[in-house]
Amino acid sequence: MRLLEDILVLDFSQFLSGPSASLRLADMGARVIKIEKPATGDICRYLYVSDTKIEGESTIFHAINRNKESYAADIKNETDFSKIKQLIKKADVMMHNFRPGVMQRLGLHYEAVKEINPNIVYAEISGYGDAGPWKNLPGQDLLLQSVSGLTWLSNNKNTDPTPMGVAVVDIVAGAHLTQGILAALYQRTITNEGALVQVSMLESILDFQFEVLTCFYNDGGQLPARSAVNNANAYIAAPYGIYKTDDGFLALSMTDILQLGKLLQCDALLHYTDASQWYNKRDEIKSIIAERLMDGSTDTWLNILRTKDVWCAKVLDYELLMQEEGYQCLQMELEVKTSAGLTVKTTRCPIRVDGKLLTSHKGAPLLGEDTFAIDKEFCIR
Amino acid sequence: MKNRLPLKGVTILEFSQYLSGPSAGLRLADFGARVIKIERPETGDAGRKLAIKNMWAGSDSLLFNTINRNKESAVADLKNEDDRLFIQALIKKADVITHNFRPGVMEKYGLGYNEVKKINASIIYASISGYGNTGPWKNLPGQDLLLQAVSGLAYTTGNHSDAPVPFGLSIGDYMAGSHLAQGILAALIRRHKTKQPALIEVSLLESILDFQFELLTTFYANGIQPKRSEISNGNPLLAPPYGIYKTKDGYIAIAMTNLDVLAHALDCDAILLYEQEHVFIQRDAIKKLLADHLATHITTYWLEKLHRQKIWAIQVLNWKQLRAEEAYKGLKTEQHVELNNGGSFITTRCPVKINGEYLFSAAKAPALGEHNQKIKQEINSTIKKIKSIA
Repeated sequence: MRLLEDILVLDFSQFLSGPSASLRLADMGARVIKIEKPATGDICRYLYVSDTKIEGESTIFHAINRNKESYAADIKNETDFSKIKQLIKKADVMMHNFRPGVMQRLGLHYEAVKEINPNIVYAEISGYGDAGPWKNLPGQDLLLQSVSGLTWLSNNKNTDPTPMGVAVVDIVAGAHLTQGILAALYQRTITNEGALVQVSMLESILDFQFEVLTCFYNDGGQLPARSAVNNANAYIAAPYGIYKTDDGFLALSMTDILQLGKLLQCDALLHYTDASQWYNKRDEIKSIIAERLMDGSTDTWLNILRTKDVWCAKVLDYELLMQEEGYQCLQMELEVKTSAGLTVKTTRCPIRVDGKLLTSHKGAPLLGEDTFAIDKEFCIR
Repeated sequence: MKNRLPLKGVTILEFSQYLSGPSAGLRLADFGARVIKIERPETGDAGRKLAIKNMWAGSDSLLFNTINRNKESAVADLKNEDDRLFIQALIKKADVITHNFRPGVMEKYGLGYNEVKKINASIIYASISGYGNTGPWKNLPGQDLLLQAVSGLAYTTGNHSDAPVPFGLSIGDYMAGSHLAQGILAALIRRHKTKQPALIEVSLLESILDFQFELLTTFYANGIQPKRSEISNGNPLLAPPYGIYKTKDGYIAIAMTNLDVLAHALDCDAILLYEQEHVFIQRDAIKKLLADHLATHITTYWLEKLHRQKIWAIQVLNWKQLRAEEAYKGLKTEQHVELNNGGSFITTRCPVKINGEYLFSAAKAPALGEHNQKIKQEINSTIKKIKSIA
């Protein structure tokens, strides 16, 4: 039996944060029905685009919404609203990521939904929580990275604040929502009571920084100082960072500078006998290492360093990664088919259950693709 | 807390160390599970002695205290016969086991999934490896920066001419921990219905690839390595203006919008020389133009103009500035954790709110072996039973 067999999720959310949560629930066996506005649907179908499209829709939409069904209904239309209420009766989970107050206005906030289905798990993601001066600001990934202090952690000291080049806030908030939904579903199996689960992108991206924020809270409020060169973590000593070699790049994790000096035959490093200098003088030490590593190829250094189990790796881009057996043997790639017959290659769920991969070959639904069948199945009229 | 916590009554044995596994344990503890760290004698979780910025809280690092608050600790030597009985009795009572040893280590101690299942037929056994349990990389160290390096992630951040720029946080550890928690929770739900045990396996590599699923799906479709923009890169997949720009007095972040709207909002007719359909090809030129334009005035001047046109933009803050904001204070994300020696430290709380209540937990991280006696008393009868059978 799949982990979430027989769990029905109604997903009113759009873009990435909410839909990434329902994707994971679908991977683990839940049935996810996207409730989409007729004619336009999830805005992510068209608006949140890269320049690569599949069937006129962004690749991103297909990646996020595979393995789901689509039910077209306009909450503001009376007939549709009544149909949605009938669906809610059947659902275990309902989720959305509208701004605070929107569901209230539409009459589908938790209190109202509880009247329809008392033991539903109702889950929502906001940008900044449902109170306070920022509650109506747009909850957009780059903006959340920017206000949360996150942009002062990556890249070198003298560079501008640098955002992480992946929608990390959306993904982390989606992951937290998934956790909350699952915990509430587990509780429901025992108490038969539903729950309201709330996550905000701001709280999620603060949680993501919990280790370094805890430092900041307790070190008298000193701001993070990125290293001047080869920064990888503002809080970690040399050599932690990515270094250029004569044919590519090498990542060096935490390691003993003296041992590194010996292995790299770099006498300048042997002066740093006091380990506290590895943090305090990390710019100087990293510069020495950077200069030395330019003298050889990545593979040369890897071979030398790995003899002593020094933690290091070659830096790969996607093209190089995919040539590696270490990547291929994971079978991370998944082919899904849309109902229009198109094949899309994407990634599978990263969790293995009982030794098996969780795969489904169902692609993202066309807008409203399943409306008719769902009406019929649940006798909705 | 007025509510019953959702994982009340669930017991987790945490054989995990450092960040990935223990971060999953932390979240489950905040949800109400009882998490018992099983640690080796004398040293314990190696994270106890791993400090960042040389910060300590008592004899353990502040980092360890941050990741392991709200847990208990029992010391056991997996090679010692008496201690193995103790572990067996604990496993009988437990619902979940987590570990993040390299592949084969738990099996060597007789604590692989199949052996553990013989002790507890409905156990949920959850593990995190670096690179999966097979293949040429399986014995490599699963360390966050190295996973960022091999997974292509370092080419998403920073500008095109920069060397690969890693994320300044342990994203691989964090995501893998999060995925492990998800798998454990889903398995608990199934177990309640069917009594079935479960094996949940996550690897740092698969987790960090999943994290890049949008980029990878795009790469699979077009075969083109994602390219960071020359300046103000915000996300290699996205069109200008998406990025952070310097103003006269600070920095401003601008998300996605159409060029004509942007040109109008910023009084920047030069942008209109570029057409919306060519934004991807001319990304660098457009961003350069914008950067020059935005450098001429202060942040609030631009924000007012952008917000008037409903363009998604915001000022870039550091933690000090953020912490001074009402919006931040209202979220109450900080909590005090009291230490044994009378001291205390401030850390973040669980980010998930349930039934309108924040989940605070002021319980500190355990000293090594702090709960051995208490736990031994609880399971004494189970130990005797095992002994009598043996």
